[in-house]
Amino acid sequence: MRHIPISALIGLFFTSLYFLAAIFAPFIAPYGMAEVVGDVWEQSSSDFLLGTDSIGRDLLSRMIYGGRTTIFIATAATVVSFVTGASLGFFAAVIGGAVDQALSRFVDLMMSIPTLIFALVILSVMPVTVPMLIIVMGLLDSTRVYRLARAVAVDINVMDFVEAAKLRGEGRTWIIFREILPNALSPLVAELGLRFIFMVLFLSTLSFLGLGVQPPEADWGGIVKENKEGIVYGIPAAIVPAIAIATLAISVNLVADWVLNRTTSLKGGRGG
Amino acid sequence: MHPVLRLVAQRFALGLLLLWAASALIFAGTQILPGDVAQSILGQSATPQSLANLREELGLNDPAMTRYFNWLWGALQGDLGTALTNGKDIADSMGYRLKNTLFLASCAAIVSVPLAIFLGLLAVRYQGRWPDKMISGVTLASISVPEFLIGYILIYFVAVKLGWFTSVAMIDDRMTFLQSLNAIALPVIVLTLVVLAHMMRMTRAAILNVMQSAYIETAELKGLNSFKVIYRHAFPNAIAPIVNVVMLNLAYLVVGVVVVEVVFVYPGMGQYLVDHVAKRDVPVVQACGLVFAAVYIGLNMIADIVSILANPRLRHPK
Amino acid sequence: MANVLEVKNLKIEATVYPPGEKSRDITIVNGVSFDLKPGKVLGLIGESGAGKSTIGLSAMAYGRGGVRITGGEVWLNGRDILAGGLSALRKLRGAEVTYVAQSAAAAFNPAKKLMEQIIEASIEHKRCSKADAEKRAIALFEKLGLPDPENFGNRYPHQVSGGQLQRAMTALALCPQPDLVIFDEPTTALDVTTQIDVLAAIKDAIRDTGVAALYITHDLAVVAQVSDDIMVLQNGKTVEYADVDTIINNPAEDYTKALVSVRSIDHKEMVPEGTPLLRASGVNARYSGTKFDVLKNINLELYPGQTLALVGESGSGKSTMARVITGLLPPRDGEIEFDGRILSADLKSRSNDDLRELQMIYQMADVAMNPRQTVGTIIGRPLEFYFGIKGAEKRRRIIELLDEIEMGEAFIDRYPAELSGGQKQRVCIARALAAKPKLIICDEVTSALDPLVADGILKLLLNLQKIENVSYLFITHDLATVRAIADSIAVMYQGRVVRYGPKSQVLEPPFDDYTDLLLSSVPEMKLGWLEDVIATRKMESAGN
Repeated sequence: MRHIPISALIGLFFTSLYFLAAIFAPFIAPYGMAEVVGDVWEQSSSDFLLGTDSIGRDLLSRMIYGGRTTIFIATAATVVSFVTGASLGFFAAVIGGAVDQALSRFVDLMMSIPTLIFALVILSVMPVTVPMLIIVMGLLDSTRVYRLARAVAVDINVMDFVEAAKLRGEGRTWIIFREILPNALSPLVAELGLRFIFMVLFLSTLSFLGLGVQPPEADWGGIVKENKEGIVYGIPAAIVPAIAIATLAISVNLVADWVLNRTTSLKGGRGG
Repeated sequence: MHPVLRLVAQRFALGLLLLWAASALIFAGTQILPGDVAQSILGQSATPQSLANLREELGLNDPAMTRYFNWLWGALQGDLGTALTNGKDIADSMGYRLKNTLFLASCAAIVSVPLAIFLGLLAVRYQGRWPDKMISGVTLASISVPEFLIGYILIYFVAVKLGWFTSVAMIDDRMTFLQSLNAIALPVIVLTLVVLAHMMRMTRAAILNVMQSAYIETAELKGLNSFKVIYRHAFPNAIAPIVNVVMLNLAYLVVGVVVVEVVFVYPGMGQYLVDHVAKRDVPVVQACGLVFAAVYIGLNMIADIVSILANPRLRHPK
Repeated sequence: MANVLEVKNLKIEATVYPPGEKSRDITIVNGVSFDLKPGKVLGLIGESGAGKSTIGLSAMAYGRGGVRITGGEVWLNGRDILAGGLSALRKLRGAEVTYVAQSAAAAFNPAKKLMEQIIEASIEHKRCSKADAEKRAIALFEKLGLPDPENFGNRYPHQVSGGQLQRAMTALALCPQPDLVIFDEPTTALDVTTQIDVLAAIKDAIRDTGVAALYITHDLAVVAQVSDDIMVLQNGKTVEYADVDTIINNPAEDYTKALVSVRSIDHKEMVPEGTPLLRASGVNARYSGTKFDVLKNINLELYPGQTLALVGESGSGKSTMARVITGLLPPRDGEIEFDGRILSADLKSRSNDDLRELQMIYQMADVAMNPRQTVGTIIGRPLEFYFGIKGAEKRRRIIELLDEIEMGEAFIDRYPAELSGGQKQRVCIARALAAKPKLIICDEVTSALDPLVADGILKLLLNLQKIENVSYLFITHDLATVRAIADSIAVMYQGRVVRYGPKSQVLEPPFDDYTDLLLSSVPEMKLGWLEDVIATRKMESAGN
């Protein structure tokens, strides 16, 4: 931890700010999430720091609760995506043979359909609930994690030090957890950040299209949708959540970049 | 047969196989509903009679396999079925919208592809200096920003505050070509911004990869000037990766178009798809999904075929 | 006669960007001076990182990456080339001075035919017409011994072999009739037997065209064959600069003496006695999915405390033999007897003792160690795994092993990335020793190392053999190494053992054709050796 670049500090600051706001939402938000407290699209004032929305709810409170929903669903979907993708990827790489072939070809097929289109097809018949969103988003995205995890593990699996461990007589558990995993971790951690960003954007897009989180609950994408008519009258209420999405995504990206650089430099030579 | 032809034929066959498998996957994706499609379409208050009618109409009483092959057989002949919501022929309604979407996407491609390649070259030329750093900064920002944010910021400033363009992009057959172009100016700008960063960054990487090859050093040590080094030695090797980059990003554009059409209320495929997902109009969703997947798979296939054709090892076998 | 090239007090610097730290400037070359008369060859020799390629390219005023010439003068044909601008430099690059790269396979543009690339510089600099350039190129193809000289240029780079491509690169450099050619390790990437033929072709071409040359290599024996003068470099500084006879036969500096006497280890051959530790009988093996055997009826014996060397070129099957013995590749038939018992063919069904008593050391020490484990963990794991040794006792044993490989306790918490190439290989040796093995398979363990470092490793291995009474199966393509440490030798060619016996017998004439070719391919630290060899060898190398 000698030296944290300024860009990573900014990223860390905003990322923790958003996550803390999400965790402590009920204590920070000045009003209730669905509480109508003022007129339609009021300007910002000391009562309503960001003004009010299309039916007179406090925009700041709604943003804080919306952030909570967005971050919760994105995090949960990332976890689903990683657990599924990484374990299947490692499994395929170490087992090899027909299992690997079958899994990899199926993933190729899944990836031949654009993720958003596939999600829309499934959501056209599924009840749109939060657990359903998490599962659909997580599973569709796990194909990307699978590919990365498998590629990394296959590369490591053919290295001489893994062969040396096999010749020593080590079991499969030691080889996966002690030889392969520590070396696969840094690309996977960097990917974790990117997958989280993708989930935030994906969820926002679905909600913006009206196919994500359903009213009166709202995430940031949903708040954009609720207030988009205001734009043509010059009311920027729809821009606020959009900017929140962008800043969260950029912050996480900055942190992921830093993590990736730090871990690769460790590999190249510690202290050198 | 020449090995290149064989490889291209193989890749083409793989594309068709993939498309077929994708159609099965799309069909399967609409069949995994726990419960009954008819029930979820009509809601809880539906009468048993109307449910039975709808089941009959959808062919839900047949086994899934039969329905899938009927649907696929129809799709192959250009018959995509009828929409549940208004009973219209899907292929008819889609034709007009597909034309609009392709118009929008092609305009965006015509603007973004040359621009991205130019900026990619610029980034390589000034590698490590401020134009390069600025380009990588913009890339980072733009992969973190949802398409609709770019759309609304442009509408807010350019259409509402400055009043240069309209905030919705309605087009119809009575408009002249120039009027249509004016109408889609904003969505084209948004789509360009959406794909530009990716394309630029990948172009930069592709050219840098070629420029760092040992044969470029050989050319420099022959005393050739920069122009000749690039034109004679870098360019022939960079075409394939760049075409590849362009195709992959056009595939990306196909997805971006869905959101942008909704933002600008543009009468295209994306809008059509999103509307009917909300209405749970399964035949329309299946048809749209199939068309989008076909375009996506087709572009990826072209990208691969170009790389095969451009590889000197394959063109001139030992 | 006027000098073609004069380099005075050259200083070259580069900027490095260590990750997570501020960039800084480092000096690569400092205070190097030399000159070169027409038709003469100067050899630049040093280990990796000595700055020899950088000095070579400075004759074209060219710096790779962030490398730049910051001091001194470079005079080419009486002009100071550092004083002129880039356009003046372009006029002489490819015309007055040309370059032959180490890897011709990468240095040719894959998308263009060879002829087009070879005559490009001649036409660009208006040295002659296209027709004349092509004629000259064809004449060079013939001189360099390329097949079908008339049509050779119509091929693409990937359509010809590595040895041919390196000759074509030489033709590319000679075609514009330059005054100076820089050869940057032109034979290093080639197979041993091919290297000598290419070297002879280059030497003839230099002599016939009367061009001056800088010949860069890490192998003193090679450079002694082609040079008039030699400059020995270490860490960017001149160690010794003299004519070739003085350097080889009467060196002044200790470093030069060490380089000249490298691989002169004196190992007294041991005669087979007792029962063999390892016996391979009638081994045939092939890789799954292929239709031909890579090993054909291999019979070998190795006695306790002795060294058997498996020698051959890449593709001869020598590494496959190691995979069969370790159980990674079960043979199709034949069996491996080890310490009186038959080893099961498959790795999975071998007992812990079988695994422990048979250890392996790899060519690339970098990838043979887990980069996320410390030296202590790497050496300690076999102790724990085979003997259940833990805690303070384990640490004591690790330190003992570190002392045995002449490194010491200070390295116990280091990571592999913090070690030099030689130290990494030593740690791998310690890991093998930790298992208390009876046999260690050494797969090309010195071929990735600089000569002096390799020498150190060989001496260590011999020393350890005396202390631990361990046997080595030593796989290598390098006969000089074999001479230094083997007790018996098996020469492998295309999957067969073509010659096998005690060292003294195998290295004693009369030879079969292949052994002759292989033996004659090891450059000797002797002037005029190349001419003798080319005149007397019986067989052409396969890479031609």
